[in-house]
Amino acid sequence: MIDYARIARDGLWDNNVVFAQLLALCPLLAVTGTATNGLGLGLASLFVLVVANLVVSLFRGIITPEVRIPVFILLIAAIVTLVDMMMNAWLHELHKVLGLFIPLIVTNCAILGRAEAFASRQPVRAAIFDGLMMGIGFIIALVTLGAAREIVGSGTLFANAALLLGDGFRFLELTLIPDYRGFLLMILPPGGFLMMGFLMAGKRIIDARRVARTPRPLASASAAPAT
Amino acid sequence: MTKGVLVPSYRSRVAYQAMLLGGMATLASATLVLGDLETRGAIAERRAEDLKASLSQVVPEQLHDNDLLDAPLTAEGPDGKPLTVYRAETKGQVSAVAFEVVGQGYAGTITCIMGLDRNGNVLGVRVIAHAETPGLGDKIEPAKDDWINRFNGRSLTDPDTAGWAVKKDGGIFDQFSGATITPRAVVNAVHGGLTWFEANRARLLQPEPITEVAAQ
Repeated sequence: MIDYARIARDGLWDNNVVFAQLLALCPLLAVTGTATNGLGLGLASLFVLVVANLVVSLFRGIITPEVRIPVFILLIAAIVTLVDMMMNAWLHELHKVLGLFIPLIVTNCAILGRAEAFASRQPVRAAIFDGLMMGIGFIIALVTLGAAREIVGSGTLFANAALLLGDGFRFLELTLIPDYRGFLLMILPPGGFLMMGFLMAGKRIIDARRVARTPRPLASASAAPAT
Repeated sequence: MTKGVLVPSYRSRVAYQAMLLGGMATLASATLVLGDLETRGAIAERRAEDLKASLSQVVPEQLHDNDLLDAPLTAEGPDGKPLTVYRAETKGQVSAVAFEVVGQGYAGTITCIMGLDRNGNVLGVRVIAHAETPGLGDKIEPAKDDWINRFNGRSLTDPDTAGWAVKKDGGIFDQFSGATITPRAVVNAVHGGLTWFEANRARLLQPEPITEVAAQ
């Protein structure tokens, strides 16, 4: 019996790609200067995660442990390249905005991580659901980090969201601090590391409070936070 | 791979691993080849549309009766490399030219396309590709700031050479708060393009007979 609630909780919070597994940091820190860019990378990653999980799960019967890693990498790279080409040809406007992020996904070890840890041992439906939840968790992390850096760094929120999502989303674009001169450090990668440290500390505090609040039987007291 | 199922023994042979890896590689390559064949034409069309769209922004529609993408001219550019020049013609006379110029920005090259009328006045400049810091250097994009339009109507003599710089360097063009290198690069690139046009003007404006173009 597949525990979908457990998969959802893992993907969104307990085992979050960024804040718990600490995966995908390279593309993460590179693009989260603004919340909009974070959302762009998040959406592209979500799509690839779901498709990669689906394909790996389909092939799980014939892949042997000895050669699984190169096979996974091959499959993921092929999927990413295909997505890139298809978007360029048929969703060209979207590709102009997201195209920058797609090559970054190949270097995203979160995808390989999910293929290895989940999709290669689970039935197709569970694998797709896991990809979806992990992807949404990744989007949440990216947008939170992007928003925090953008507010501190340039005093705006969701700048240029209309370029990514279309003119209907112009209302998202906020200038929170008018005439703000900007705090360049936060926009650059070091600011990404700093802000991520703060956000992770925040998650740990929340987790610690939650554990403290719920009295548990001694047997499960060893449920340490995943690192 | 222990799922409680009995794994057939052939799976552990080296030959199976090699076949699996080879098979997967073949499968992936075949899919990519198919994908490439399916999308190549469409991607080339989209690229041409993009080029046309940016050309139409730097060379106004009423200045030409030809298709700018028809028979572009190749000349030696400012950096010695071949440069494609798109020429707008009205009744066989060259009315405007458009070509790419490149500047060295904060994070790599900034590629711009600029359009000039036959007297060397700037019709428009558009940034095609750049990797400047989002939020600081990307104000060179017209969607984010109208800075790039300040070049319109300028020429090599308006302002003079000293004026072709950002304000910080004693010129007349604004820099952005927190970013000087990016606008400096664009100003220099546009100035370089103007100088190059002046030096090669006669050749660029000479109308080419249709037959010669077709023979190329």
